[in-house]
Parts: sequence; structure tokens; C-alpha cells
Amino acid sequence: MIVTLGHIALMGALVVSLLQPFIRRKGLATGLFALVSLSFAALVYAHASDDFSVLNVVENSHSLKPMIYKISGVWGNHEGSMLLWVWMLALWGFCVERAKKIPMGLKARVLAVQGMIGFGFILFILLTSNPFLRITPAPIEGMDLNPVLQDPGLAIHPPLLYTGYVGFSIAFCFAVAALIEKKVDSAWAAHLRPWVLAAWVALTAGIASGAVWAYYELGWGGFWFWDPVENASLMPWLAGTALLHSVAVLEKRNALGNWTIFLAILAFSFSLLGTFLVRSGILTSVHAFANDPARGIFILVLLTVAIGGAFLFYAWHAPKVKSGAGFGMVSREAALLLNNVFLFTFCATVLMGTLYPVFLSALDLGSVSVGPPYYMAVLLPLLLPFTLLMGAAPSVTWHKGSPAALLEKLSVPFMLTGMALVVLFTLPLRDKALSLLGCGMGGWVVVATLHDLWKKYGHKMPRSYYGMVDGDYMTPEKRWYPVDQKMTSEVALKMDGFSLLYLVMGEQDKDEPEKWVVRAYHHPLVLWILLGALMIAGGGLVSLTDRRRPS
Amino acid sequence: MRKIPFILFILLAGFFAVLLLRGKDPAVVESAMIGKPAPVFDLPAALKGKAGFSSRNLHGKPALVNVFASWCLACRVEQGALEKIAKAENIPVYGLNYKDTPQKLAAWLQKFGDPYTAIGADRDGRTAIDWGVYGVPETFVVDAEGVIRYKHVGAVTENDYRDIFKPLLAELKK
Repeated sequence: MIVTLGHIALMGALVVSLLQPFIRRKGLATGLFALVSLSFAALVYAHASDDFSVLNVVENSHSLKPMIYKISGVWGNHEGSMLLWVWMLALWGFCVERAKKIPMGLKARVLAVQGMIGFGFILFILLTSNPFLRITPAPIEGMDLNPVLQDPGLAIHPPLLYTGYVGFSIAFCFAVAALIEKKVDSAWAAHLRPWVLAAWVALTAGIASGAVWAYYELGWGGFWFWDPVENASLMPWLAGTALLHSVAVLEKRNALGNWTIFLAILAFSFSLLGTFLVRSGILTSVHAFANDPARGIFILVLLTVAIGGAFLFYAWHAPKVKSGAGFGMVSREAALLLNNVFLFTFCATVLMGTLYPVFLSALDLGSVSVGPPYYMAVLLPLLLPFTLLMGAAPSVTWHKGSPAALLEKLSVPFMLTGMALVVLFTLPLRDKALSLLGCGMGGWVVVATLHDLWKKYGHKMPRSYYGMVDGDYMTPEKRWYPVDQKMTSEVALKMDGFSLLYLVMGEQDKDEPEKWVVRAYHHPLVLWILLGALMIAGGGLVSLTDRRRPS
Repeated sequence: MRKIPFILFILLAGFFAVLLLRGKDPAVVESAMIGKPAPVFDLPAALKGKAGFSSRNLHGKPALVNVFASWCLACRVEQGALEKIAKAENIPVYGLNYKDTPQKLAAWLQKFGDPYTAIGADRDGRTAIDWGVYGVPETFVVDAEGVIRYKHVGAVTENDYRDIFKPLLAELKK
């Protein structure tokens, strides 16, 4: 009964989303949100109550599964995760409708475009990925969820990630609305900025939580593997980061209007591209869902209509958009533009690395996989000037700055970093030259930023700190999942300063079954990565509370 | 200038469309072994009372070689289809039991079905490497001369039998 209600609610949502572009009426987005929520709640209910008459529950649940995994298992599969995706979309639309300060005309256009996206995806769910399909006769037991997914990470990582992915749809809709109105100005940017920021914070937190999950659950002993699907989340993040900066320029100085629109379309395009790559079977990856060519074609059509349509619009309308004020070579605008050039390059690099194997294999030139060596070789050299810029940029003035004044401002942090580098390189760690350089560059950013903040000596260096590892008990586990006949590795972690000791159980010894192979890693400073991500997301949150408004 | 994003996107979308429409899964790592003779190996019996499997078996008649393991989820669902192929085509299906133990294997076969003429135990996975296996399950079609003609990645379904195996085996039997 409740499941049928959920199915009907989703069909109702389809109708409402279809109306959205045509009827300007307040409350449609709220209605859409209510219907999709109802639908999503019905699916959660089906999973929580072990309703094995629903195929989706049978395929992904088991009556003995703990409640938290029954609920998070809702989005541990293709159909359910698409419903979560659409629910997020409706939630963002609801928030836009409720936002008080957006002018009515802009708001109506944004919601109209959002309604079209919603319509496409709800239709996709109903036609190719319906989570409410029944199975008769109903089996008495389910097939259980993939053990790797039975982890609190599943409760946190996908919802955060999707909030971010889908959040960029708002920027996309703003961009299309601006193209319709043929008006891009600082007021538009000021309205857009909080939405970009909110989505970006969620995406940052989503990626970081995924990295942490990969670290402790999958037992790979690392945060990031340049897996195609990880890249699929990194690309919208990079484009979104660039957007965040160019929106600031547009808001403050009324410049980079077209570029900002382009990035707003691009960020969401990468979100959609990620969705397509993961679900169409074009790429293989640990993250990929079960493949179905029909779904692939459907998403590709959606993708073409949405992205192709927006870019076509851009090609037509963008030249007429007034490009705004100019700026000097040494100015905050120029620095932010340079930042955008770098981020865009990173993004293109990742895109190339992700699609290159697909190209090669499609042209029958053999199978390759592009891994960390490629990314390290291309990205590391670019990161060096990027961090240099990162430290310097806050000291540059808007509009037109003088190079001499800038050099003078930066002289102190420059000297401090130089001295620190000299000290670092005299340490008996010569073979770790790259790491030391990394520390130095990180130090540069911190020092330059703090110096800019206080305009006085703020001297703080991240110090590597290797403590003694004492003999505490650590308990790595091998967990055995009887339904799936599958073993997973639970690692044991021990924090030690900012370093982690990482133990993971390997295989059982063949001849002496009481013996197990245990791998141990010492990962120095790994907590900085986590803290860094937390600080990035936290910084975004603080910035969100700053109610900057157009003057 | 403003048209560049659109043109690039359309090219990319067109490329994806071709990939999807021609139905070739680019994710499948194609086997370098196709068209080559099966590797030489001699695997001991995986179970008591059932013959082992060696390259000598692969002569005189087309055969299927199925790489599987009791710990592999997808392997469970293909036993029915394999059984059907063995019966309908009257060809042997050899099992290459990958990194498994006899106890688990015996229980597993009882539960999910046993289509195999003989099963060789590849405890350390060396023979699978010689076959170019990159995951379980994989199923090879070997012709009467012992040459590998096809490799199927993932579970074999009844549709795969109808669409792929049946026409291929008919051709090999000519």
C-alpha cells in the first residue's frame, strides 16, 4: 500500500515538474518537494520494514541487516540512489522557492529550468530505474547488500556528495536564466554566490568523507586512487571551485560575466557527466552500478538536451552579454582569473585521464589504465605555481595594483618561507625532497595568508612530528558475511600526533590457519588531509553566514 | 569562441552515443588469448571422485572452460545456463576452480548446481594468469584444435547462450 503510494507520488511529481516551466505559480517547487519526499519516504519504509514484495528491497536488503544499513541501503543501489538524486534536486528547488531575496523574475526562470531537469530525471526513474517494481511471488528473504557498503560511510558519503552534485544545478539554472534574460551583473552574482558556496561545501565534505571511507573500510591504505568515478566527483569540484572565485569577481567588480556563466554550466555538466559515466557502463570502476545500455542511452539523451541545450544557448546569447569592467595585470581580478586558468587546466587534465582509456579502447588501440603516475606528472608541476599564487593572491588589491607594493607586502612571508625551506632541506631527509617542497609551499600559503590577515609577523609552520609508536593493542578484523560469502577487511587505526598507524589483515596462511598476514603502514601527517578538508568545508560554511548583498 | 563548448560537447556526446549504440562494452578488457592455443597446464582434481583438468582435455571436441570460485557471487547465477549449454550442445564444460578450498567448493556445488565434466583446482591462481583471467567468472570457448575462440567476462546467462554461445558453437562444430 505505502509502496504503491510512493510510486503514485513519484508520478505526481512528474506531472508537477512538467508544469513548472509553463505555469508561474508559487508553491509548485514546494509541492514537487513534498511529492518526491513522500516517494522517497515510501522507499525507505519498504526497506526498513523488509517488504520483500519489492524487487529493489529483495536485491539489496536482508531481514538480518542492522537498521542503519536497511535505511542507508536505500541509496546503495542504482534505483534508490537516483531517487535520492531527484529528492535532492527537489530540496534545492524548494530552498530557492523559499529564498526571500531573489527577484521574482529570476526565481521563476531558475525554477522553470530546474523543473525541466527534474522532469527528465523523474521520467528516467519511472521508465528505466523504477525502485517500486514488485516481484511475485515475494521471496521470504533478500539477497543482502554488498558487504563493502555495510558501513556508516554509506549513510554519510552519498547524501553529502549528492547534495553537492545536485546543488550545482542551481548555478546551472541561474546561468540559463541569465542567458534568457541576457543580463549578467553583480546583482545576479550576489544572488548566485551563496548557492554555489553551499553546494561546494557539501561536495567538499562528500568527497572527503568518501576518501575517509575508502581509507578505513576498503582497506586499500589510501585516500585517493584516481579511479574514474573519484575523478567524476573531482571534476565538478574543480569547476565549482573556479566558479566560486569567478562569481566573486563578478559580484565585486562586474567582470568575467560570460566566463562565470560558462563555469556555472560546466560545473553541473560535470555532475551530470559523472552520473552518466557511473551508470552507463562506459567506465569500469569499483563505484560503478550494474550496467544497462538502455539507461545509458536515456541519460545520454538527458545530458545532450541539458548540457548541449545550455551551451547552444550560450553560443547564441553570450556574445550579447555585456562583458563589464576591465582590470590591470596585477590585480585581484587578474589573480582570480589566473586561479581559474589553473583550476580549469586541472579539470581538463582529469577529464583527459578519465576518458583517454575509453578513447583508446573504442578505437581498438588496446586497453590501458591511466593511474597516479600520469596525474602526478601533470598536476604536481602545476601545483607549485598554483600554491605560490594562492599565498600571494589575498595581498593583491582589486582593480589595479602596483607590482612594487605587492612585492613589498609579500617580502616578509617570502623570506620566512625561504628560511624554513633552507632549514627543512638541511634535515636528514634529502630523499624526501618533494615532500619537503610540499611542506614549504604549504607553509608559504599559511604564512602569507596569516601575514595578510594580521599585517604583522604571524609565524607558524606545520611541523612534521614523528612520535614513538607504543605498544597498544590494535584490533584489525576480517569480517565474514555469510549471505554473500564474502570477507571484508576492517582496519585498525591508531592516531599518533598527526600520523596514523594503519593495520590491515591480509590472507590466512595456507598451511598454518592460525597465522594471518598483517600489513602495517605508517602514514605520517595523514590527518592533515582530513583536517584540511574539514577546514575547507568549514571555511565555506563561515563564508555562507556572511550575508553579503548587492549594494 | 562562444561556440567552442557546444561543439566540444556535441563531439563528446556523439562519441558516447556511438559507443553505447554499437553495444560494445569498452570496459571489457579484451583477451589477448583469442585465436591462440590454450596454455599448457595440468591441474589436480578439485574434488575427490571428480577428474582433474589439464590442457590434454582440450582436444578433439569444442569445450567450455569456466573460471569460477565458491566465494564469487556472480558465479552462482550461471550454473543453470552452463548446465543447459553442456546438455543442449553435448559438449564438456571444464571448471577452473580459482583460489578455492575443497570443502567450500563441495558445499557450493551442492547448493548452486554442478555443470562440470571435470574440475581442476588452481589454488595459487597461476594457471588463471596463463589464461589471462582478470576476474571471476570468465568463460572461454575452446575449439576442437585446442584454440581459444572466445572469452566471456561475467556470468553467462541464457540470453548469452542464445545470442553468443549457440551461434559460435554451431560454427565450430561444422
